[in-house]
Amino acid sequence: MRVLMFGWEFPPHIAGGLGTACEGIVKGLAYNGVETLFVMPSASGDEDQSATTIINASDVPVDTVSETVEEYLDKVKFIHIGSNMIPYANPEEFGKLIEEEKRRQVKDFSISYGQKYKFSGKYGANLMEEVARYAMVGGTIAMQRKDEFDVIHAHDWLCYYAGIAAKELTGKPLVIHVHATSFDRGSVDNIDTRVFAIEKKGMEMADRVVTVSDLTRNIVITRYGIDPAKVVTVHNAVDFSGRENMHVERGVKEPVVTFLGRITYQKGPEYFIEAAAKVLKRTKNVRFVMAGSGDMMNRAIHHAARLGISDRFHFTGFLRGADVQKMFALSDVYIMPSISEPFGISPLEAMRTGVPSIISKQSGAAEVLKYAFKVDFWDVDAMADDIYALLSYPALADFSARMGYDEVNALKWNGACAKLKKVYESVVK
Amino acid sequence: MATKSICLYFQVHQPTRLRLYRFFDIGKDSHYYDDFANRTILRRVAQKCYLPMNQLMLELINKNKGKFKIAYSISGSALDQFQRFCPEVIDSFKALAATGRVEFLAETYYHSLASLASESEFRHQVQKHAARIEELFGVKPTAFRNTELIYSNGIGEMVYDLGYKTMLTEGARHIMGWQSPNFVYTGETQPQLKLLLRNYSLSDDIAFRFSNKGWDMWPLTAEKYVNWMKDSAKEGDIVNLFMDYETFGEHQSADSGIFDFMRALPDAVIKDGTFSFVTPSEATKKYKPVAGIDVEDPISWADEERDLTAWLGNELQSEAYKKVYAMTEKLAIVNDPELYNDFGHLQESDHFYYMCTKFFSDGEVHKYFNPYDTPYEAFINYMNVISDFQIRLDEKRAALDVKETAVQELKIPARTVRGKVAKKK
Repeated sequence: MRVLMFGWEFPPHIAGGLGTACEGIVKGLAYNGVETLFVMPSASGDEDQSATTIINASDVPVDTVSETVEEYLDKVKFIHIGSNMIPYANPEEFGKLIEEEKRRQVKDFSISYGQKYKFSGKYGANLMEEVARYAMVGGTIAMQRKDEFDVIHAHDWLCYYAGIAAKELTGKPLVIHVHATSFDRGSVDNIDTRVFAIEKKGMEMADRVVTVSDLTRNIVITRYGIDPAKVVTVHNAVDFSGRENMHVERGVKEPVVTFLGRITYQKGPEYFIEAAAKVLKRTKNVRFVMAGSGDMMNRAIHHAARLGISDRFHFTGFLRGADVQKMFALSDVYIMPSISEPFGISPLEAMRTGVPSIISKQSGAAEVLKYAFKVDFWDVDAMADDIYALLSYPALADFSARMGYDEVNALKWNGACAKLKKVYESVVK
Repeated sequence: MATKSICLYFQVHQPTRLRLYRFFDIGKDSHYYDDFANRTILRRVAQKCYLPMNQLMLELINKNKGKFKIAYSISGSALDQFQRFCPEVIDSFKALAATGRVEFLAETYYHSLASLASESEFRHQVQKHAARIEELFGVKPTAFRNTELIYSNGIGEMVYDLGYKTMLTEGARHIMGWQSPNFVYTGETQPQLKLLLRNYSLSDDIAFRFSNKGWDMWPLTAEKYVNWMKDSAKEGDIVNLFMDYETFGEHQSADSGIFDFMRALPDAVIKDGTFSFVTPSEATKKYKPVAGIDVEDPISWADEERDLTAWLGNELQSEAYKKVYAMTEKLAIVNDPELYNDFGHLQESDHFYYMCTKFFSDGEVHKYFNPYDTPYEAFINYMNVISDFQIRLDEKRAALDVKETAVQELKIPARTVRGKVAKKK
């Protein structure tokens, strides 16, 4: 089995968890005897290629499409470069605009034909343009390597267009992998409709949709209206090989309860603050840390000040690299009160560091972690109870730390990828 | 001799800025200050303002043979930094003191908000400051100015009880109403305390508007200014010009002509003959008070509101303020000089000012004085430092192992011992 895989990033240069997951997946697939060609928009050359072959889309000119430009565009006509938002146009004008747009696309394509496009590979302002260009280059790569793969696999919405283009041009089956949806990025009535449209298109065009949790699978089925028969859950895993737990000298004597992640609505920071205030009413022998940054940070600072707990509730700002490990090593309880979390890898990191974790039932991780404490994100009383119990009863903390450590070490990509291999086999004729 | 007077008082203060103090530092590293920034800023301001302006004042005092007088209030925090980073500034103030034409005012040693929080802490800081001024300049202060000219009836009573009969504050419009700031007043609840009120309009003409070329009165000359003072004091005895000393050369740069203006001012005033210069203590001896001023809620000289909202206007500020002053009792029991030193610096009003979220009408001024990008960073940093300080305090307290019953007995002796230590210095 050979896979043409479209990703957006790959370690060591990563902005989020997607790159780390992709590395785990290609290694896990290699273990299961599946070869991968991993395409990414902007590779740096220092990626670990022991388990995969990395293709840098920035090195590939769009030039091997045998048909004419019009035919190419007809096949992958969903690719739009730039925005085509036209407010208040009447049907006649709209028709004209569409014609113009088509001519412009042919022109744009002719210009980029034979050209390389330097992708930033970041999540910047011209993300939509990069996504569209990535699809064009993706199609080209698929044609060039037509005989080197059996199935196409695209990760998250940024790569769906590339996956679709590859499928349209080669006729090979497409698997898309949903690591997160628009509904995990904004509240229900505040989602990016352009991203939603790309996601829906990707799910509809795919032969199989892989989700990282049953929670996400439900969203794909109910919110995007996708046939349940083609949506399969493959839970995330985590690769801890070569990781040694850090030993750091503690400054504070009190046990530390940590929240680590983006301070945004979806992560439920306010529920953590409320729970902290409840615990502090019972005992002063504890400190709380909210590590990370985000658009809700200032509100969170005010919130803690209003409750009068700021001398026990600390903010660290955004943490990088080793400071993240240091923060886990300094923690006694980890908490992830997310309102919506497709999976949530951070409690696995905490448990691997020997830190008992409390996670919301509204997270994908809750489906696989037996030894994490699970609460509803809104149930701050339960959260406070669990924190208090973990701080007060050493037997409970020791047990959950020990069992949790073993549990997360057993969550291997090798197992997850065996499942993924079955998904491929189900679509390859 | 002229019957009307001008009272010039300059405030000298530099905050002890905190370093970037992270959560990871709590319990590990108890050095809280950004020595590099403090030294760099202090030396810069000394070169641009303190040294040249002191030199100019000395020349003018010598030249006018007793007719030109001024007053300073120098915070203990500023004095500490002068001593560490630029001792020649202290020498130049000593030279000014030696002329006998300069009055040094008393204030809280750490430029703190202690007058609002804790009477015992307030008394302690005022006494500590007075002792330091006497030690350096050989004169015991007789007039008092509170941090940022903060005043209320209650603060006036405390100040009088500390032995001061003259106090400076703001001629805040919402308090004065139709009354002119150009008279001597008294406290409403302490009629023995005489009050000098800042003429904010004339003071701000120099302190804020001087170099503003968009101002319809620009450029300001000494003659023009004397005429304005005459207009203002038509019905009145005294014009009180109170401002930050850093106005000269730092807030208003030398090339705006601010030094030339100050050089010309005494001559213009003396030539005109309407006014003579007095120091605050002389002013309250020279003039009879005309009325009592009733101030229930504290006023200050800051921002449009002339109230406390620059330091205690939002929940972050009140939280930090409550947390720091909640430690006073425990500190008294522990009575540790090192902790008291840090406690003092952590009380500097500037730390609270950095957490101010009033970004609009006075935001410009706030931003100018603020080492932090946002009030949130200021708050987080300050609370991290406070957390470390609390740990040190609790450790010392635990080491004392004093039984709860002994707490009350210990409290009073601790204060007294500390007062003595401060005086001995």
